[in-house]
Amino acid sequence: MSPRFAYYPGCSLEGTAQDYDRSGRACCAALGIELAEIPDWSCCGSSPAHAVDAVLSGALAARNLGLARQGGFGAVVTPCPNCLVNLRTAARDLDDPARRERINALLSVPCEGGLPAVSLLQALFEQAGPQALADAVVRPLAGLRVAPYYGCILHRPPGLMAFDDPENPVAMDALLEAAGAEVVAFPFKTECCGASYGVPRKDLVMELSGRLLEAAADLGADALAVACPLCQMNLDLRQDQIAAARRRAFGIPVFYFTQLLGLALGLDRADLGLDRLVVPPGGVLRKLGTEG
Amino acid sequence: MPDPAADLRIIGFLCNWCSYGGADTAGVARLAQPTDLRIVRVPCSGRIDPLFIAKAFYGGADGVLVSGCHPRDCHYSEGNYHARRRLELFLRLLPALGIDPGRFLYTWVSASEGQRWQQVVADFTARVHALGPMPRLRETDLAAAALCHPAAPQEGA
Amino acid sequence: MRLGVFVCHCGSNIAATVDCAAVALAARAMPDVAFAADSVYTCSEPGQEAIVAAVAEHGLDGVVVASCSPRMHERTFRRTVARAGLNPYMFEMANIREHVSWVGRDKERNTAKATDLVRMAVEKLRRNRPLTPREFPVTRRVLVVGGGVAGIQAALDCADGGLEVVLVERASSIGGKMAQLDKTFPTVDCSSCVLGPRMVDVAQHPGITLHAYSEVASVSGWVGNFEVAVRRKATYVDWSKCTGCGECVKKCPARDAPDPFNAGLAPARAINIPFPQAIPKKAVINPAHCKQLTTGKCGVCAKVCPSGAIDYAMTETTVTEKVGAIIVATGYELFDPKVYGQYGGGRYPDVITSMQYERMLSASGPTGGHVLRPSDGREPRSVVFIQCVGSRDRHIGRPYCSGFCCMYTAKQAILTRDHVPGAQTYVFYMDIRSPGKGYDEFIRRAMEEYGVRYVRGRVSRIFPKGDRLVVRGADTLMAAQVQVEADLVVLAVGAEHAPGAHELAATLRVSIDEHGFFMEGHPKLRPVETNTAGVYLAGACQGPKDIPASVSQASAAAAKVLGLFARGTLASDPQVALVDPRRCVGCLKCLKTCPFGAIREEQGRDGAVRAQVVETVCQGCGVCCVTCPQGAVQLQHFTDDQILAEVEALCRIPLPTCG
Repeated sequence: MSPRFAYYPGCSLEGTAQDYDRSGRACCAALGIELAEIPDWSCCGSSPAHAVDAVLSGALAARNLGLARQGGFGAVVTPCPNCLVNLRTAARDLDDPARRERINALLSVPCEGGLPAVSLLQALFEQAGPQALADAVVRPLAGLRVAPYYGCILHRPPGLMAFDDPENPVAMDALLEAAGAEVVAFPFKTECCGASYGVPRKDLVMELSGRLLEAAADLGADALAVACPLCQMNLDLRQDQIAAARRRAFGIPVFYFTQLLGLALGLDRADLGLDRLVVPPGGVLRKLGTEG
Repeated sequence: MPDPAADLRIIGFLCNWCSYGGADTAGVARLAQPTDLRIVRVPCSGRIDPLFIAKAFYGGADGVLVSGCHPRDCHYSEGNYHARRRLELFLRLLPALGIDPGRFLYTWVSASEGQRWQQVVADFTARVHALGPMPRLRETDLAAAALCHPAAPQEGA
Repeated sequence: MRLGVFVCHCGSNIAATVDCAAVALAARAMPDVAFAADSVYTCSEPGQEAIVAAVAEHGLDGVVVASCSPRMHERTFRRTVARAGLNPYMFEMANIREHVSWVGRDKERNTAKATDLVRMAVEKLRRNRPLTPREFPVTRRVLVVGGGVAGIQAALDCADGGLEVVLVERASSIGGKMAQLDKTFPTVDCSSCVLGPRMVDVAQHPGITLHAYSEVASVSGWVGNFEVAVRRKATYVDWSKCTGCGECVKKCPARDAPDPFNAGLAPARAINIPFPQAIPKKAVINPAHCKQLTTGKCGVCAKVCPSGAIDYAMTETTVTEKVGAIIVATGYELFDPKVYGQYGGGRYPDVITSMQYERMLSASGPTGGHVLRPSDGREPRSVVFIQCVGSRDRHIGRPYCSGFCCMYTAKQAILTRDHVPGAQTYVFYMDIRSPGKGYDEFIRRAMEEYGVRYVRGRVSRIFPKGDRLVVRGADTLMAAQVQVEADLVVLAVGAEHAPGAHELAATLRVSIDEHGFFMEGHPKLRPVETNTAGVYLAGACQGPKDIPASVSQASAAAAKVLGLFARGTLASDPQVALVDPRRCVGCLKCLKTCPFGAIREEQGRDGAVRAQVVETVCQGCGVCCVTCPQGAVQLQHFTDDQILAEVEALCRIPLPTCG
């Protein structure tokens, strides 16, 4: 029996990335990783806060860590890489007496120390692992060529994240291979997708995400697997815009890696949220023989 | 009355080959340090008799710092192993002597580790300052210092 | 007793943050001090003469100099004191520069601290006794560890100077990294033409004994009289019979052994002679890949060897060599670029290291001197060099500059144009570091005559595109991103310490720095000595160096050894332990703790057993002094009395007396 983890979904997982939330929880349940959502969780201190005030950002994240500590959890799991950066940074700061004092000055309930935070990918890789996953697979993703795309901050900065290779990560590759997929040697695993520049500088996202899609297409990938809500949105929601800007049609569905693992584990389609994908996954599903 | 900002009396025993060199390296690199520490140079940490340290405390030292070569790197092959055993035992004996063990530190610094030396001095000095000046010892405590070996110089031949 | 105290300003080094005149004034009130003065540069000639004059004028018995670290100038001033007619050990130093003026900011506190250090030195000096060194005979032989260009130079210089030399080399041939090089900068000389004849000189020199394929197993003894155990690894070939004809290599069916000489560019046979000019030119079997040794089925080399030299039952042997000095010349290792995931982490066959490229350029290398892509054997049209791979990068623990990569990269870029006319070459660099005779001119030639395109910036990623590679990076001079398509990428890997450096350092009792390079005695004044007497450094084992610097240091180390042996005897350090026979009860605890076996059991005329120190063996660590329950062993110049006097000088209340 795996230990019970505090689960911190983060705001995206209640909005654009509901399918990541549902498929992630379903995979963990299927693989015996018990998640318990942090009650009354709040903002992780992401973009707006940390751009303005690092202590405020740290306090926002620390509040959630404090709630998890009160719940008696030993570690927090979060699917979103940006939440992960903030939670880990706050955990580190909370272990430093001077920084802890500054953070706690902003909190009504002080947090007396950090708590380890790991990504959903790390939890699945370390708590279940490729072998346990392979043993649990009922519908192997045979013949599916997948390009694994980790995004820029899932494993960075390396000193803070301390998991996998920051330049050439392999954890998702190993899980997808265990699920029976053919993982292509994707060279841009950790390149930038353009992130939130989709709003102020759409041209940058066209260029950066365009490169990713072109590389995947050149490698003959049937699908992209991602681990970040923002990456997924840029590559999926904007794929039509990118195709128009680059004058090249892609038609590559962009799955959360948990959706693909869920398919292999034979989980209920409704739990995986496949209907929320913008680029239709029908072709891929037909290739797997699971359409219907 | 003692000035709280004034220097305290911290005595360092450093082996010539590694830690004294490390302190020199820190100096050459102008790595600023608190001024409390005065260094006694000895050839090897294995030369340091724990009684030197006890006597320093009974003589009014507020802190004592010992530093030698890292284990395995001793210039004399194994002097620091002897030192480690003696000093570890001595550390546990301190409370019985009425001395706060926080006033004593033994550590290893190599001749190339100027920055590490700076850190050791800064941290230890801060620690001793947090403990404040050594309380003046009573006559009975001073009598305890007579627990010294018969070769004590004052005793004469 | 009449003592003199000299407080040095060291220009402004000390005087800027210490009130030297006040320190001298305070010293005048210290016990036994008959004279105290401050001077601007005590170590200068007038400064030293002032000491000599003051000794005569004031009838001084001892001298304290408050200046820099004793590790810097203790010897200098001991000589000064000796010139003044005193025993050189009637001298103490107070380190008020490295330990005071350079690390403290507050002048008032620094002055108080400097005064305390002077008081300690005075109290110790009051208890100093004149000491006299003993003479002892030396073994006029020298061990050189490592047979690269530095070791070769040191061995030849020592042997030409009339010393017997024992040269130990880990590989089966001497030559080191330089033997692997095709050409050398900035002359573009053929490397093996420069080195080859020197290797032959080693083999032919009557004064040099070469132990190839051997390692130093242990070292005991001390300067003048070391005893070194050399482990001769099993070659499985009787070298007294092997003629180096190479028949065995040609016929060996096991073709999958690693070939470090060719930097892994091609596999080697299980029995191998690394290169045609090898010294000694003898075959060695790799037991992990030999079919006879792994499966017991083959024996081809034994059948074809015309001289019957193959011996599958050979085991390693140990020989003992007595030497008086040791020169360490173990060189460096090249950085393994696999940690850089952004450069492919070893996944792309056409991303190679500079040493692999060097072997490719060499006419005796696996490609016969043709530049060919490992992936498809095609000649590249575009070659990209990336500098500072494993240098100047704190993130991977290599913050230092390796020094020679800028130059060899320019050389390789120039040679590329010679080997593949019309090829385009790019160099991504951080800064060009070319301090050396003719070095910067050489870089200019690469840029201007050979059209090598230098791009100042780091490469963020290498990725495949079709059968080519795309190198993406920054051009920081143009403030732009650049993307270059390449057929071959060469990583200019930096230097790191040789494997086994830590173990050898422990064996030799010398220090290594945080990056695993051997520590010199003093960065300026003792750059080839170590802090262990009789052990010297040559070449890149002390820090990354190019060939001219390695050869210079090797000759310097040889000169040091020749100087050490110039007289038949050495003077022992008199700062040794001494047993007081009146106190010794003969428990012999000291004999058991002495790391050097310098204490022996001695029966006195009264029949009682006592400990006795062998003065020329004692290294002066003082471990025995603390062990002795009677306080009968005292380390001269560092007696309990002296150390406690220093402690007492610092304490506010007098030490209690024991009774």
